[in-house]
Amino acid sequence: MSDEIQSHDSSSTPVRTEPVQDPGLQPHQWRPTDVDPAQERRAERQISGMFTVAALLFVLFAVSYFAIDSDQTFLNWSASNFALGATLGGGLLLIGVGIIQWAKKLMGDHEMVEMRHPARSSAEDREAVMADINAGLQESGVGRRPLIRNSLFLSVGALAVPSVVLLRDLGPLPHGQDETVWKKGMRVVNDVSGLPIRPEEIEVGQLINAEPAVFFPAEGEEEAEVHGHELLAAKSKAAIIVVRMRPEDITPSEGRENWGIDGILCYSKICTHVGCPISLWEQQTHHLLCPCHQSTFDLADNGKVIFGPAHRPLPQLPLGVDSEGYIIAMSDFPEIVAPSYPELARDQKRLDGES
Amino acid sequence: MSTDTYTPVEDTGFGKKAAGPVGWLDDRLGLAGVAKKNLRKVFPEHWSFMLGEIALWSFVVLLLTGVFLTFWFQPSMSEVVYDGSYAPFRGLEMSQAYASTLHISFDIRGGLLMRQIHHWAAALFVGAMLAHMLRIFFTGAYRKPREINWLIGVGLLALGMVEGFAGYSLPDDLLSGTGLRFVDGLIRSIPLVGSYLEFFIFGGEFPGEEIIPRLYMAHILLIPALLLGLIAAHMLLLVYHKHTQWPGAGRTNDNVVGYPMLPVYAAKAGGFFFVVFGFTALMGALVQINPVWAYGPYNPSEVTAGSQPDWYMGFSEGLVRIMPNWESTFLGHTWSWNVFIPGVGGLGLLFTVLALWPFVERWVTGDQREHHLLERPRNAPTRTGLGVAGMTFYGVGWAAGGNDIIATQFHLSINALTHIFRIGIFLFPVIAFIITRRICIGLQRADQNKILHGYETGVIERSPDGSYAERHAPLPVTEQYRLTAHDRLPALEAPAETDENGVALPHGRVAKVRHRVRSFYYKGAIDKPTLAEVEHADEHLAEIEGHPVHLGEDFQGVSETGIPKSH
Ligand code: HEM
Ligand code: FES
Repeated sequence: MSDEIQSHDSSSTPVRTEPVQDPGLQPHQWRPTDVDPAQERRAERQISGMFTVAALLFVLFAVSYFAIDSDQTFLNWSASNFALGATLGGGLLLIGVGIIQWAKKLMGDHEMVEMRHPARSSAEDREAVMADINAGLQESGVGRRPLIRNSLFLSVGALAVPSVVLLRDLGPLPHGQDETVWKKGMRVVNDVSGLPIRPEEIEVGQLINAEPAVFFPAEGEEEAEVHGHELLAAKSKAAIIVVRMRPEDITPSEGRENWGIDGILCYSKICTHVGCPISLWEQQTHHLLCPCHQSTFDLADNGKVIFGPAHRPLPQLPLGVDSEGYIIAMSDFPEIVAPSYPELARDQKRLDGES
Repeated sequence: MSTDTYTPVEDTGFGKKAAGPVGWLDDRLGLAGVAKKNLRKVFPEHWSFMLGEIALWSFVVLLLTGVFLTFWFQPSMSEVVYDGSYAPFRGLEMSQAYASTLHISFDIRGGLLMRQIHHWAAALFVGAMLAHMLRIFFTGAYRKPREINWLIGVGLLALGMVEGFAGYSLPDDLLSGTGLRFVDGLIRSIPLVGSYLEFFIFGGEFPGEEIIPRLYMAHILLIPALLLGLIAAHMLLLVYHKHTQWPGAGRTNDNVVGYPMLPVYAAKAGGFFFVVFGFTALMGALVQINPVWAYGPYNPSEVTAGSQPDWYMGFSEGLVRIMPNWESTFLGHTWSWNVFIPGVGGLGLLFTVLALWPFVERWVTGDQREHHLLERPRNAPTRTGLGVAGMTFYGVGWAAGGNDIIATQFHLSINALTHIFRIGIFLFPVIAFIITRRICIGLQRADQNKILHGYETGVIERSPDGSYAERHAPLPVTEQYRLTAHDRLPALEAPAETDENGVALPHGRVAKVRHRVRSFYYKGAIDKPTLAEVEHADEHLAEIEGHPVHLGEDFQGVSETGIPKSH
């Protein structure tokens, strides 16, 4: 294109165009250590002093390693960590500073000039390479034998098939994203003690972190029904909070009128945004705030999102009371728990159809 | 000086002993040919050239301390009962990964130190890379022929952040689990394939049992290997292109002035490695980082308020926080824009813009020349403005990532803050651009004044008629040269839309757009003085005779305290 700025050889331009001409490299400036032998010797002593102290620090490192017990503290923190780090770090710093000082004060410091060359290779080289490539192409016959060439492309392209298929067993196909371990009749238990909860135990304004009873050993059992690693997976969907509000403050939407017990409601603890457990409860306003990105849900109004990046309301778990007077779930969550996923709309439709 | 007593190395005792092995090696490897070209290679000096070196050396520190950690770390998510020496957790169920991190911290002497050095070095690594990249950007060092090295750099930055995130996730404490949960939400939000990706990456539904072993593989093998390869390519290209330099007396686009690799540059760079290692070790000794025992093992139903990711993830975190809660359903699918756009789009946009920039700028300026001289940021006002706008965008995102902390520290409402950030993320960069470009142009004008009117000496003179004036003196010629050693602004001619016969040119529209962008790019920039202007100014400055005091050759102006400055 005509308006590109092309490279030009500035040195061959005869007319002076630049406002100020390059005065050229300035004369070398001698350092104090170049001209004054006393300074030179002092620098030498300083630098070797640093190296010697560094060596001593490394010996001290070894001493600290063996002499300091792991439970000794210094300034309220591991004394061993402090001693090892300070000796190692101090020694390394001294070596570094010493070497740099050596280079700055004592090594020859004459500036050198090297010429640059364009990054591109010479025109002859380029031509020679093109000739070689052409010869290679000619002799291979890629151009003349399209059948071979194209079928080779086909087969190499088809290598994608085994490569992708091999990855199939990285994990199972998506399943079960719309269900949790909750089911009708499962007791709601305190998430620390594992004890079931009676409605009378909860005061107005109180919030209890709770979990399904299967996360704790049943009476007389050693292990819980869900334990070890599966527990984490189940917990990441089944964790709940139970709150009690004044019944007159609550505005249940249609069909949810009997999901609570005298103002006791139960919601998923897992944020519908990206899944943080939510627990910041403002009694006065009935708001539940997610600590991760501050989505705020109104628990008196069906878990509606009133602020923040979450889109779906907090799913609510319908509650009931069993024959012994403990709070139980009346079903699994009727809405999908945890962060959204592409098939969510489809799965939710199915859940709605089932209920 | 030592040159008088110089003995060629081959005549020293050491040289005589080494000659055999060195010859043996060269017989087989022929390295003298390469060494001859490179041992005395010249490197220019400037403090800002150290930023990349910090990144390089912190990577080496990461390799060293990381290998140490692998001796004990166990990347397994199976649950075990803890019985190590950290008393509060005895008897608690936790993953082996977490238990082994506690083991390294409390039972291996120096283990805690190595963990802390590793983490500090990781923060420094990403920070130094970012700072280095800004230096490259603002000085135009990415221009031809260095575009490929810029791209490699962008790749390094992206990989470095992924590597850091993978490492952060390994200990399987409450914070790292919360971070993983976030990434799980991000993956799920990817349209159409989100669930499949989640199940394949995590080996099932979150958290699965595979993610830590897989991240471990990525963290200690896959990504470090890629980083190592890219770093090697980065360094090779650096040597091939030779380092850029600042313009100045004797420093042109065709040469490189500085110190030879052997001994000065090698010593300084080598010494600097020890400084970086020593610095991170001292940080590890003195400042606590990621005390995983304070958070407890990962538990999907717990979270610590105010939990923060490592600093370099703050930008994405912030965008996710201020995004409106859009989610829609169509084609029978759920589309989580609220997570996908900020989470995947934010960094994606940043890295795309970074990767494309050198090519966009080249298209705008039409500049096909090789550039080995750095440009002072003020002499490219639009580029500098855009750079600062980008930094502001990143900064607003980053600040938004701490909006809860800002709200509690300054007693502000989080809702109001979020609204400010939502507007600010678009508005502040524009303001930053305008202000920065103005400042650059002002600085250009100041440079021009210094050349044409000399600098202010601080000497006040009283003229015979009783008025006072500050005396100006011409700048030293080296300084004058430094201030004018950049390109002159190109002439901007509107492209012809039709050829001489009045027929529309094929590329007429593109050329017009390009012309408009180019005019914007050079808008307001002040050109350096012309030869005539400088000659005129010289005459003028020389002409004011009859000063009562002769300033002398060494005079450099008067400082605020009235003492003449000189070197
Ligand atoms: C660019 C490079 C790297 C970065 C940014 C990085 C970052 C991190 C971070 C942030 C952690 C969490 C540490 C903590 O507990 O506070 C970590 C852990 C770990 N890293 Fe790296 N790392 C890098 C390279 C390496 C290499 C090369 C290795 C080994 C060859 C390694 C091995 C480990 C191991 C074993 C852990 C887990 C142990 C523990 O957390 O105590 N890292 N890494
Ligand atoms: S996870 Fe709750 S707001 Fe993001």
